[in-house]
Amino acid sequence: MKKENPCLLTAALALATVAANGPAFGHGFAGKRFFPATLTTEDPFVADELSLPTISTIKTPASDDGPATRETTFSVDVSKRITENLGVGFGAAYKQLQPDGGDRQRGFDNAAANIKYKFYQNDDHETILSAGVDWDIGGSGSKRVGAESFSTVTPALFFGKGFGDLPESAMYLRPIAVTGSIGIGIPTRASSSSFSDDGDIAIERHPHTLNVGFAIEYSLPYLQAFVKDMGLREPFNQLIPVVEVALSKPLDRGRGPTTGTVNPGILWAGRYMQLGLEALVPINHQTGSRVGWLAQIHFFLDDLFPTSIGKPIFGK
Amino acid sequence: MKNLLRVLALLLLTAAASQAAAHAMLDHAAPAVGSTIHESPAQLRLWFTQELEPAFSTVRVLDRDGKQVDKQDKQGDLANPALLQVSVPQLAPGRYRVVWRALSVDTHVTEGDFIFDVLP
Repeated sequence: MKKENPCLLTAALALATVAANGPAFGHGFAGKRFFPATLTTEDPFVADELSLPTISTIKTPASDDGPATRETTFSVDVSKRITENLGVGFGAAYKQLQPDGGDRQRGFDNAAANIKYKFYQNDDHETILSAGVDWDIGGSGSKRVGAESFSTVTPALFFGKGFGDLPESAMYLRPIAVTGSIGIGIPTRASSSSFSDDGDIAIERHPHTLNVGFAIEYSLPYLQAFVKDMGLREPFNQLIPVVEVALSKPLDRGRGPTTGTVNPGILWAGRYMQLGLEALVPINHQTGSRVGWLAQIHFFLDDLFPTSIGKPIFGK
Repeated sequence: MKNLLRVLALLLLTAAASQAAAHAMLDHAAPAVGSTIHESPAQLRLWFTQELEPAFSTVRVLDRDGKQVDKQDKQGDLANPALLQVSVPQLAPGRYRVVWRALSVDTHVTEGDFIFDVLP
């Protein structure tokens, strides 16, 4: 009788287990929908991913506090799954401020940490819901670049919805997906006071903020693979046009105008990495005086390192 | 900053050198996704972006009533490990749905479906 190789048997059993279980997707999948990582809107999924770097530049307008300033940021963000549905993230940003007619300032902005839990996923309706908390760690950055001395904690809900369940008559709308988040920024300090040059006390109030962000995307990979092969080939069959909107509205403590940007752009999703480029269009003059831009290289660690840092610490 | 650039260079090199680990997405198919054809094909073939484990990957062809009409002889291709194929009988005119599930060699699972029409 032929003797079975135990290693082969074990490998076959492992493969059979994976094949029998539900899809085990590392990054943003719900059913056949792949949600790309968006540049400004927090993703609704939990993943092993690294954004290195994200570079943005925008000119902020002059105010009572100072002249118009070109603000350029180089940031790194990493996300790690603890379990299949629970993940943590860390971010750091190096900022450069160039005020009109002033000296250039450089330094690290406050570091950030977050935790997120995906509590709902519906593959048939391409839907993901998550909840999480972001912590902007006060005092961890440099005051030269405006890093606050207090923390801001932002509990938030995240959602992702693909429209692959639309009827046949709307088949060309199926590649559309929307992701987004809504959260409340809670500063750990209500106000800060400082002395001006002439000895007066200046009080800056720190309001709670409503933070809303969403992204509308049209996935050409989805169109090609599930709706209609239009004959697109690389790199065009991997492009995802996207428009992101990021808004912040002060809710109390003197309030102030809503600020934010509308960011039209394009994503290219490859096997192991994703590239993104977006314009930053200020929604009002309080946000910015000129169009800025944002670019990102994003790595899928679960695909690059599927057996080590690219898998959850606990579980499959 | 130099260390970050080193990490970036290492990741880019790793991504460029990686051969067989990623989600298997449908690259193209014959008959093509969403296509209309005039003659019944002998086989349905799916090309993926990644090498598959054919024993644990599936493809089914269903008619409008949801009845499986392929010959259930799904197989991979030794010459092209990213190809999955199944034979079909002479297909009557109508709409057909192809349902696939792919296990890539690094055990990532993907799934999907598409339709094609056979005209008289």
